Amino acid sequence: MFLVTRGAEVSAAAQRRTLPGFGLTMGVTLTLLSIIVIIPLAGLFIKTLELSPNQFWSIISSTRTLNALKLSFGLALAAAVVNLFMGMVIVWALVRYRFPGRRIFDAIVDIPFALPTAVAGVALTALFAQNGWLGAPLAGAGIKVAFTPLGIFVAMVFIGIPFVIRTVQPVLIDLDPEIEEAAASLGASRWHTVSKVILPGLLPAMLTGFALAFARAVGEFGSVIFIAGNLPNVSEIAPLLIVIRLSEFRYADATAIAVVMLLVSFAIIFLINRLQRWSQTRGIAH
Amino acid sequence: MSETLPLRDLTKAKESSRSEPALVRYIIIALAVTFLTIFVVLPLIVVFTTAFSRGIGAYLAALAGEEALAAIRLTLIVAAISVLLNLVFGIAAAWAISKFEFPGKTFLNTLIDLPFSVSPVISGLVFVLLFGAQGLLGPWLLANDIQIIFAVPGIVLATTFVTFPFVAREMIPLMQDQGTSEEEAALSLGASGLKTFWRVTLPNVKWGLLYGVLLCNARAMGEFGAVSVVSGHIRGETNTMPLLVEILYNEYQFVAAFAIASLLAMLALITLVIKIILEGRLERHHSDH
Amino acid sequence: MTIEVRNIVKRFGDFTALDNVDLKVESGELLALLGPSGSGKTTLLRIIAGLEWPDAGTISFDGEDALARGAGERNVGFVFQHYALFRHMNVFENVAFGLRVQPRSVRMNEAGIKKRVTELLDLVQLGWLANRYPSQLSGGQRQRIALARALAIEPRILLLDEPFGALDAKVRKELRQWLRSLHEEIHVTSIFVTHDQEEALEVANRVVVMDKGRIEQIGTPEEVYDRPQTAFVHSFIGESIVLPVNIEAGRVQLGDKVLDIAPNGATPGPSQLFIRRHDVILQPPGNGDLEGAVRRVRAFGPVQRADIALRTNGNETMIEIDAPRDRELKVGEVIGLKPKRYRIFASGA
Repeated sequence: MFLVTRGAEVSAAAQRRTLPGFGLTMGVTLTLLSIIVIIPLAGLFIKTLELSPNQFWSIISSTRTLNALKLSFGLALAAAVVNLFMGMVIVWALVRYRFPGRRIFDAIVDIPFALPTAVAGVALTALFAQNGWLGAPLAGAGIKVAFTPLGIFVAMVFIGIPFVIRTVQPVLIDLDPEIEEAAASLGASRWHTVSKVILPGLLPAMLTGFALAFARAVGEFGSVIFIAGNLPNVSEIAPLLIVIRLSEFRYADATAIAVVMLLVSFAIIFLINRLQRWSQTRGIAH
Repeated sequence: MSETLPLRDLTKAKESSRSEPALVRYIIIALAVTFLTIFVVLPLIVVFTTAFSRGIGAYLAALAGEEALAAIRLTLIVAAISVLLNLVFGIAAAWAISKFEFPGKTFLNTLIDLPFSVSPVISGLVFVLLFGAQGLLGPWLLANDIQIIFAVPGIVLATTFVTFPFVAREMIPLMQDQGTSEEEAALSLGASGLKTFWRVTLPNVKWGLLYGVLLCNARAMGEFGAVSVVSGHIRGETNTMPLLVEILYNEYQFVAAFAIASLLAMLALITLVIKIILEGRLERHHSDH
Repeated sequence: MTIEVRNIVKRFGDFTALDNVDLKVESGELLALLGPSGSGKTTLLRIIAGLEWPDAGTISFDGEDALARGAGERNVGFVFQHYALFRHMNVFENVAFGLRVQPRSVRMNEAGIKKRVTELLDLVQLGWLANRYPSQLSGGQRQRIALARALAIEPRILLLDEPFGALDAKVRKELRQWLRSLHEEIHVTSIFVTHDQEEALEVANRVVVMDKGRIEQIGTPEEVYDRPQTAFVHSFIGESIVLPVNIEAGRVQLGDKVLDIAPNGATPGPSQLFIRRHDVILQPPGNGDLEGAVRRVRAFGPVQRADIALRTNGNETMIEIDAPRDRELKVGEVIGLKPKRYRIFASGA
């Protein structure tokens, strides 16, 4: 009996934490997080539950929705591939080589993060319109960019630039030079060293950057809609279709499309988390 | 391998053990520079040349218009409120997560990051679904004559949603790195919790905090998609600067549109410069450790 | 200030860091908590400071319940292993911190603070560093500033966590003596944690030897060295020769050989014989002695250290002994070893 009461008494003391403020800060955190993020997102799923599976399916499988989703995901994937390739080229140049203006180029990699998307949208449109600095020569060559799916692709490439570069850069900087020297001393050619020794070490970071760029491009709105043309079934992206359905007060349609996109986003987060865990357990960086 | 390997070949071999042939190097640099110029530098230049294409007078007139001023004012107000909320949340979350152990920490971290992976349009949509006329709370709000959607509160909510992780994201790893021993030292010397935070924790993370606020502010001022969905585009009332850019652009008022856009672009550039300065400070602070 | 620790239990998940620890610290003592890493010594120190809370047990300071108070209310000076100096404050402000954060009603005025901080910096002989920042100090200087900071609040108890752990060997030695003389000067009840036996034996009045969350022995440095109460203490403190023996019918048997030593009340059964390396007498091989061939000899300051291959049960066991330099040892020579002092502990205890 004595032991029992005693145990209860000290367990209260055991729960005391050394630093104060846990209750307060945790309370503030959970309250704000609930109000701003969790409840609104939960609301979206509650709204979805109001739809019957048939309704949901007929919205998602309608030609216009399917085309918008295909366009968003397809072009985002293509843009992320370009971002991956060009990102590796750029990060290699920035980390491994010295050339005039290197630091400035390093800094401007972040501009697609920092520039408001609407500004990027109008600027890219002006640049690639048929009378624009780049649009005119391209039109002369028979390539129309602005107001076509190609324009959407260009905008998606723009906003995806920083991701691969910024995820790979720290890993590449931290890469142990001795690994390359070891490979070279074992007789590997430079190409072999890069492709068999360095790139596998960078792979988790590369894939993380790729996934981030893809996720961003799928959901992107501001920088795309100006240059897109927004023709239903041709150059209408999924986020725009959500906006259009909302303005038509077809909330169910907007909700259904949003849920599909959100679930894909969650899947990507999950994937990125796994990638990051993977890169912690392996990786020749350390 | 012959044993009389000429010296020149040796130095070449040494150099190439960590670098590529010159031609490959030049091609990589050229590709990188060209790509960044086309996709990043040119769009920036276009913004400013178009804004000033009819001279500085037209530029200033576009900015001094009533609509423009209203948009600037609204943008500043919205950014101020969401930065403040972000600050409160970021500091609270960073303290709870970095200084204590509790179950579900990883999950909480994931939840905090969530808004970063939600499309801006969906970030706006969730508030319409919650507070809009047909939303879950719509009838109740209507009955009590509270307007959130198509009004400033909706814009603030949507902006806060999309910027929510910024301060917390910067603070959590920083405060985790610092550990708890300085705080413990302060407490054992008799400092209260608030004094400990104010005099010991905060001075150590102030640059990181500022960095988070800076990024949050830039995003808050420039947010388009989420705000576009909840704003209703009421001229002079619920138009932020990015929304005004869109309206003017769609009305073919290019100079005016790009004038506002140039302000936002300046904001982005200034943000970047301060960011680079802060990163320098953060690094130095780190190496002091 | 006396400290009484009773039945303290602390678990971290499945790991029991402290397993029913009892300890009484007398006023003005300089006590060392000595043990390998993971023995629970730092946890005990942090619980006394209020930086950690026990799962069970009580702690009292002069008979008063300490667990009723938080870290800030116990008036304990804590010196952290890595000093935990406030990076953004200079040395003066670090030391002044504890004075400045006191409630307005009891806080000293600026002149008082300046006077006190100057005194403390003089006490640790670092007055000239007042305007430096922690990053500009050497390890030994940081250590002394951390101590000055802890002393600023006139603590009733001074706790030091591995005070010399992060310093190089030479600075360590200097600071040890310095800490000892400082303690003689201020005479505040002090406890320090260390894994370095030399440090504990040299600095402390009393040593608490800990292992696996339990206290193995409490005693003066002489007691724990000369009269270890457990096998762990014997092997942890000082260098020992350990041989598996069997106690049977009041005789100590090594393999099939009966040694010419008394079991000293050891319980019958498989046991371990502990002998300090220098506690053997070298003599011509005879009955009842340990017997072995010298394999290697090297001079080691005032002594010579020899590897001896003991013959036990047809096997060879290598041991190291320390012998005076005047007795010449030759490689290959077979000698007898007679334990001068030894202890026997039951196996597995």
